[in-house]
Amino acid sequence: MPMIPNLIPITCTINGETVSLSVSPRETLADMLRDRLGLTATHLGCEHGACGACTIVYDGRTARACLLLAAQADGAVIETLEGASASGRIAALQRAFHERGALQCGFCTPGLLLAAAEVLAEHPAPSRDAIRAALSGHLCRCTGYQAIVDAIEATAAAATGAGSRR
Amino acid sequence: MSTDLPAPAGEPVPHRRTWRLLHGRGRYVGDIRLPGLLHAAVLRAPHAHASIDAIDTAAAAAVPGVMAVFTGADIATVCAPWRGTHGLYPRLAAPLQHAVAIDTVRWCGEPVALVVAASRAVAEDATALIAVDYTPRPALADPEAARGGGPLLHPDLGTNVCLTAAHEAGDVDAAFAAAAVVVEETFRFGRHTGVPLEPRGLVADFDPSERRLTVHHSHQCPHQMQHEFARLLGLAEQRVRVIAPDVGGAFGIKQQLYGDEIAVCAASLLLGRPVAWIADRLESFSADIHAREHVVRGRIALSADGDILAFAVDDLHAIGPYSQYPRSSAGEGRAVLAQTGAPYRYRALRARSTAVFQTKGMAGHYRGVGQPIACAVTEALVDRAARKVGLDPVAVRRRNLVRAADLPWRAPTGLVYPRLAVADCMAALDAHVDLAALRRDCDDARRAGRMRGLGLATFVELTSRGPGFYGAGGVPVSSRDGCTVRLEPGGGVRALASVTEQGQGTETGIAQVIAAALGVPLDTVEVITGDTATTFHGGGTWGSRSMAIGGEAAWRAGRALRAEILDVAARLLQADAAALDLRDGVIVEAATSAARLTLAEIAAVGHFRPHELPAGPQPQLVASASFGPLDGPFRAGSGIQLAVVEIDPDSGAVRLDRFVVVHECGRVVNPLLVDEQIRGGVAQGIGATLFEELIYDTDGQLLTGSLADYLLPTAADLCDIELVHVHAAPPESDGLGLIGVGEAGTVGAAAAVLNAVDDALAARGASIGQIPCTPERILTALGAI
Repeated sequence: MPMIPNLIPITCTINGETVSLSVSPRETLADMLRDRLGLTATHLGCEHGACGACTIVYDGRTARACLLLAAQADGAVIETLEGASASGRIAALQRAFHERGALQCGFCTPGLLLAAAEVLAEHPAPSRDAIRAALSGHLCRCTGYQAIVDAIEATAAAATGAGSRR
Repeated sequence: MSTDLPAPAGEPVPHRRTWRLLHGRGRYVGDIRLPGLLHAAVLRAPHAHASIDAIDTAAAAAVPGVMAVFTGADIATVCAPWRGTHGLYPRLAAPLQHAVAIDTVRWCGEPVALVVAASRAVAEDATALIAVDYTPRPALADPEAARGGGPLLHPDLGTNVCLTAAHEAGDVDAAFAAAAVVVEETFRFGRHTGVPLEPRGLVADFDPSERRLTVHHSHQCPHQMQHEFARLLGLAEQRVRVIAPDVGGAFGIKQQLYGDEIAVCAASLLLGRPVAWIADRLESFSADIHAREHVVRGRIALSADGDILAFAVDDLHAIGPYSQYPRSSAGEGRAVLAQTGAPYRYRALRARSTAVFQTKGMAGHYRGVGQPIACAVTEALVDRAARKVGLDPVAVRRRNLVRAADLPWRAPTGLVYPRLAVADCMAALDAHVDLAALRRDCDDARRAGRMRGLGLATFVELTSRGPGFYGAGGVPVSSRDGCTVRLEPGGGVRALASVTEQGQGTETGIAQVIAAALGVPLDTVEVITGDTATTFHGGGTWGSRSMAIGGEAAWRAGRALRAEILDVAARLLQADAAALDLRDGVIVEAATSAARLTLAEIAAVGHFRPHELPAGPQPQLVASASFGPLDGPFRAGSGIQLAVVEIDPDSGAVRLDRFVVVHECGRVVNPLLVDEQIRGGVAQGIGATLFEELIYDTDGQLLTGSLADYLLPTAADLCDIELVHVHAAPPESDGLGLIGVGEAGTVGAAAAVLNAVDDALAARGASIGQIPCTPERILTALGAI
């Protein structure tokens, strides 16, 4: 059997800061973010990639932190909701979600915000159906999604200068 | 009080807590880290039914980092067992249940041992090293078999029937004999669960030096849990504190006592250290409360003119191996008895409900608690009978709805409705949609070979219950809530409310009510909830009650504080209190609106310079009120839901094309948040009807233990949900006239979708009497597979 090291040193960039850690081979990236760095906005709803609550931005793309190992993250550039929030890049989405009631318990919300930001980066004026399709990897049990679609649509409309099409 | 609530009550204010949650500042139980914190993992039964012959924990205990391994017997040294009895049902068979199984396991997933270690990973590793010798016994995973006998789960009971309840009113046999049409049908409802995205969990911290237990608990009813933890763990209740921090959804699932959860408290007692446990998703599916597994034989009698003459229902409800604790498992069947035919004027009812034990997960309360079953059976029978007699189902509904002239309506179920606005709701539906055009659209599609269906469901939701069920039944569950409102030295207001928050927005509604009651700006009111050490004892979240009951308490406390503030102001100003008013946070002369004092000035005198007050009572600057409805057993909301679906005949998939909810719930404190409660409830009802099912095989093994198997609706599966609010005269008997709303969407949604699917299938001469209406079942109904 190959030797499995007890701890693996990694260095990555998390929310703009360089972080060096020794991680266990079986430690998920989600556990590392939550337990080692206190970045608890990364929520664990299923730990098998189905619910989307643990979504982060990993080298520029959204990814499920529960399906990544911490050891894989060596050299990666990672952004969690805390980072996206502090940078101000999702401020318009946060405002729209709040005003429209696009969240209730908030457990799915970090993943949805990061997914919504990605949708809008790729499609500045998505249709409602396109928004629904883009969110289909994220489960929300509270809202029924309509308010989330509304909030994303309103954010897009404000950003592109168009009035709401509703 | 006028029809409208005083501002800012009644306004669509965003839920304030969400601002924090949107910034990653949520603090859920899984985020809490205490000094010396240990982590638990639960070993669960791999068999549906087996005796435990031996447990060897030595290898697990030897794993580095493991602090302790506790068997059921170990936990039982500090934790008393319980029975899910209910005093209103003295014949309810409630077997003794231990937190962790001792000699017999009765469902796959029942706790068998608890490992406490330095990390969750180590604890899970160690659970795999616990050796348990089991002797498997026969599983009981078929409710019909359980009613007839089957292997006894509790030999001392001599039966697998937990409870039989029955109700009869009117001359049922004569009504069926006189009917032009009788429809009889068996309806099957899949076993569901609430699936809050945040799994159940807690951090239990026992301080042996003071025998003080503090529990951070993802729960709807922290006061109930304080009482139960104290009682079952032998602690003084005033030294048990339960804190519900941010809770990531609940829906009834976080409402009971769970063996795994109190075992974590017991472990903290035994170790004198804080212990955390969070369920993983497989544990959630196997050990969260399940609900809604029913087989209902239903009959309806209809006259040739379309008068509903009678209903007869025989409900078989498959629970788990025990009656849930502390509320018992009587609730679902009771709702079927109480809610059959609820919106309609009919005269005769024969209803029976039988709850049977199963070697499946514990069953109890999920959003709507049996009301969705009663609604679906009623509405499906109405549709089928109307078609059979050759009438439009909508016309049959119109003809039979309870009207204002019928109030108070004494239903054959035995319930009395002082107000019920279903006829108003039908009028509002007509104003919002052209039902005849929708009908033609479906018929046109049908002629073009498509399978398009329209479904309607009228529903009644019983909310805001008084003490008649739990209190009178000897179950220590409060039907009351309380609120303390106090003026802080800076002139701001802080409120401590016993209601709890799982995302509904109750806190925001409470703040609106207090701001309105006092006459202060909304942003000067801070509301604290979810801590049993600081708030009144209260019911928390269950049965659509938080605003209707907790809001009333907040209003009364706010009005009392306002009266004292005006009295203090009057004494300071040597004025008549009746000539003063508190508006937008300023004491003004009522007649002229001239500003006289700020709240900060009142507060400073009260808190720091009370000697400046003329003689009279000492300033308190705090007021409290507690409230529970005593004028009736419930307050009824009502509405109509409409679904338009289209079935793909090749795949059997159902596409939702339109969904409308008409709803009436008295005065509305926050229309934005009420709308989203309804939409969220509808989404859960749609999920139940099209996707969700906990499936067990004949050996009692759960086959749907992940979110890839138990399918929740996604954004792409749902359509927009149109809402129409009906504003009927609010109830006036006490206070604000609020009616609960939390479960309304769920109560009617399944019935509307099931009827729409059935309507679409009718084009091909097929029907389906089962939810979820999965593609496989639809293709089977069509004879395609």
